Amino acid sequence: MRSDEPMGGFADDALVPADGEHGAEAFMPTRRTVLVSAGAAAAVTVAAGKGAGGAAWASAAGDTRVRTVGAGESVEVALSVNGQRRTVTVEPRVTLLDALRERLGLTGTKKGCDRGECGACTVLVGGERIKSCLTLAVMRQGAEVTTVEGLASGDELHPVQEAFIRHDAFQCGGCTPGQIMSAVACIDEGHTGSDAEIREWMSGNLCRCAAYQNIVAAVQDAADAGKKVRR
Amino acid sequence: MTTSTKSTVTRTDGIGASPRRPDGTAKVRGEFAYSSDLWHEDMLWGATLRSPHPYARITGIDIARALALPGVYAVLTHADVPGVNRYGLEHADQPVLAEDVVRYRGEPVVVVAADHPETARRALERVEVGYEVLDPVTDAESAVAGQGAELHPGGNVVRHVPIRRGDPDAAAEVVVTGRYEVGMQDQAFLGPESGLAVPAEDGGVDLYVATQWLHVDQRQIVAALDLPEDKVRLTLGGVGGAFGGREDLSIQVHACLLALHTGRPVKMVYNREESFYGHVHRHPAVLYYEHGADRDGTLRYVRARIYLDGGAYASSTGAVVGNAATLGVGPYDVPNVSVDCWGAYTNNPPCGAMRGFGAVQAAFAYESQMDRLAAACGLDPVEVRIRNAMAQGTVMPTGQVVDSPAPVEELLRRVRAKPLPPEPSGEPDLRTLPGGVSNTTHGEGVVRGVGYAVGIKNICFSEGFDDYATVRVRLQVVGGEPAATVHTAACEVGQGLVTVLQQIVRSELGVERVTVEPSDTTIGSAGSTSASRQTYVTGGAVREACLRIRDALGALSPAELGDKVLDETVEWRHRPTEELHPETGQGNAHVQYGFAAHRAVVDVDTELGLVKVVALDCAQDVGKAINPQAVLGQIQGGSAQGLGLAVMEEIKTEGGVIRNPSFTDYLIPTVLDMPPMSIDVLELADPHAPYGLRGVGEPPTISSTPAVVAAIRAATGRALTRVPVRPEHITGT
Ligand code: FES
Ligand code: FES
Repeated sequence: MRSDEPMGGFADDALVPADGEHGAEAFMPTRRTVLVSAGAAAAVTVAAGKGAGGAAWASAAGDTRVRTVGAGESVEVALSVNGQRRTVTVEPRVTLLDALRERLGLTGTKKGCDRGECGACTVLVGGERIKSCLTLAVMRQGAEVTTVEGLASGDELHPVQEAFIRHDAFQCGGCTPGQIMSAVACIDEGHTGSDAEIREWMSGNLCRCAAYQNIVAAVQDAADAGKKVRR
Repeated sequence: MTTSTKSTVTRTDGIGASPRRPDGTAKVRGEFAYSSDLWHEDMLWGATLRSPHPYARITGIDIARALALPGVYAVLTHADVPGVNRYGLEHADQPVLAEDVVRYRGEPVVVVAADHPETARRALERVEVGYEVLDPVTDAESAVAGQGAELHPGGNVVRHVPIRRGDPDAAAEVVVTGRYEVGMQDQAFLGPESGLAVPAEDGGVDLYVATQWLHVDQRQIVAALDLPEDKVRLTLGGVGGAFGGREDLSIQVHACLLALHTGRPVKMVYNREESFYGHVHRHPAVLYYEHGADRDGTLRYVRARIYLDGGAYASSTGAVVGNAATLGVGPYDVPNVSVDCWGAYTNNPPCGAMRGFGAVQAAFAYESQMDRLAAACGLDPVEVRIRNAMAQGTVMPTGQVVDSPAPVEELLRRVRAKPLPPEPSGEPDLRTLPGGVSNTTHGEGVVRGVGYAVGIKNICFSEGFDDYATVRVRLQVVGGEPAATVHTAACEVGQGLVTVLQQIVRSELGVERVTVEPSDTTIGSAGSTSASRQTYVTGGAVREACLRIRDALGALSPAELGDKVLDETVEWRHRPTEELHPETGQGNAHVQYGFAAHRAVVDVDTELGLVKVVALDCAQDVGKAINPQAVLGQIQGGSAQGLGLAVMEEIKTEGGVIRNPSFTDYLIPTVLDMPPMSIDVLELADPHAPYGLRGVGEPPTISSTPAVVAAIRAATGRALTRVPVRPEHITGT
């Protein structure tokens, strides 16, 4: 048993087996069922076009890239994950986080709450940081996704990863993949002018071990190192 | 203890240094295998049906429709528990699966295994449980008074500890009294409960789980499964934080039961909401205090009654009561003491271990009292504390004479001497205001306040508990280089124990290559990762094993070992402690005390009731900092959790039902809430402890809360007798 093996066990199955009696409405009223019932008669509208993002939901009506998927049906989603082309077949209501963790075997991205509260699931999509539990995989057709597993080149750690080790910016490490992805974006966005600015722009990532002081130092350090390299 | 002629080596990667964590690279690469990341071919997913009622009689359980669902492999009730359907850390009073009665909202009733988590959840919805709802007991004080239903045979008092020292009728010139409340805090570790149980060919099961104490889990699992110990083997999965919340069982028996029933590996993972139901919390408390002193502030007596709400099952309530009682007057020298502490059964969520363990609740009350006393005597709050500070040689309320440094006065002086943050001037930076950029008053009503507190915590297990750790250290030459391995069952939960164990071996044996093997139950117990005890006890055991290896080496250096393997297994204990006398609470109950002091500076928006902690500086004695960087991390982390309890963290229950089981409604400090800290670490050796070290993890959690509240009081003039302090307590609306 290893944690880094691909989660091949149910890679091609629909997420939920058919259940004649209980349709999707039988589930607890979560965010996902809200989306389900928003589609007409237990069917879901998904954006099938390449590169369609969250906006496709709002503009779905007149969009030719949109098609309707029946309850329990699955959709093929093509992603570029850490520079590799990956395809997953998922029900439309599967989050990007679950697709990464359970279909692609990329368990580096953590699930601390599954509802956008903690930041443990932060990944980069098209270079921008998002909480992968708050986006459906189908909304990211064709997107370029970077997870914590994609930062290092071989044995050489990414400067932010190095800085986190140097500053002991974690204890249990449960928040760390999310903190690091958030930090990479924070530096990229240029939000590292001061400790106060870093704190403001890193405040979406909880750390229960409260390694905050060291996280701020690590982000500052990595940002400074980046500046030196660019000059 | 073994004597050795060679001495401990000073190294840049040994004791006193801060080398890199061996698990650091894996953690920053996303490759560290947390228990939630485990996967096994063919595995099933387990899920738990929980009681919707705080107190009800079960009239029937119908699992037929759940079993009929395709993809479902097992639906189990209490009838399927082969062994004793009762477990618990101190008392076996908690059913693995509820039988005739449920005693809290969230109590497990049925578990299922299915081919997918969604299938498992659907199956749970098809289980029909009949309940006859009963009147819940939700108030600890009235439970102790014998009101309401008797929840367990023998009544609703889990434990009562009286402490009596000196004259029970002592009188004094100045008397201050108070009633204080502490809300229910959650450990809120970031990685929810999870584990993977794999059935084995020998009829046993292998469990990979995030926990704090493998052997106490094992002991409870084998009793429930009716299996011999060697048939249930545990290995530590990666732990995403613990803070006490993983000392009790969560998925352990359920996952093993399902795996054995189905013959398939079973994984269980709680979601965040379930996690709030799935582990014990910090005991909410009501505390009545009376302090009597001379006009100059010298304490004559302290009398207190403390009520801790243990919730539906005992968990570690007994030991928490012992701590709150024995540490009930704080780090002060008090000649006359009368403290009574009770832990009660109620139908609230079960409470047990959380960082600070009973000392936290008492400290909020006694430190609030010290501020009242200072005001009554016209004294500075630090001065009144220094005047009463305990020291080495002080006799505790238990009669125990403190026989190692207790630098309470020094810690207070140090935090007082630290420079204060600059007063705000000019246009405020919105980000620095209470409430941050969303502050709507632009800072007109912001007032600054400064507060102090000091706290005491017992380190290691107390009251006669046989507290030990087993370790095995091996030394051999591998590839021409000496290399050591360390094997223990001690749980690394993020605190850095694995680094510390490596450091000790490097310094003691003079080898660079030290491998810490995975923690499992193929070796004896190392005790719990709690009570700030692992560096002390497992560290002490590793040191002892190394000393024996050094003796065996004789004049040889490790590199000259040749083909020889030196292999030492030791079981190491700290000095024995004593039970408390049942009527007087006298006895040498604790092996070591730890101390920390805080000074908090807050800005309070008195119109909005919002608080910004501007500074939270700390001084703590750690005896010896084995890893200075990790020590600072513990102090920062502990202080943050104390800050959380002061101003934001509380599980709100109503009639036994948790109202806020999410990170949207249960708030923990963010990077914006936690100021950078200035920390003084003292190293006054405890002559009885390995390397003179003192446990580090808990003391900072204890003094942080009262210091923050004292600062808010200083800013607002409000009495603030309850934590967490809410905006309405500040605005008085
Ligand atoms: S798991 Fe996505 S924010 Fe917590
Ligand atoms: S390191 Fe434990 S939650 Fe951040």
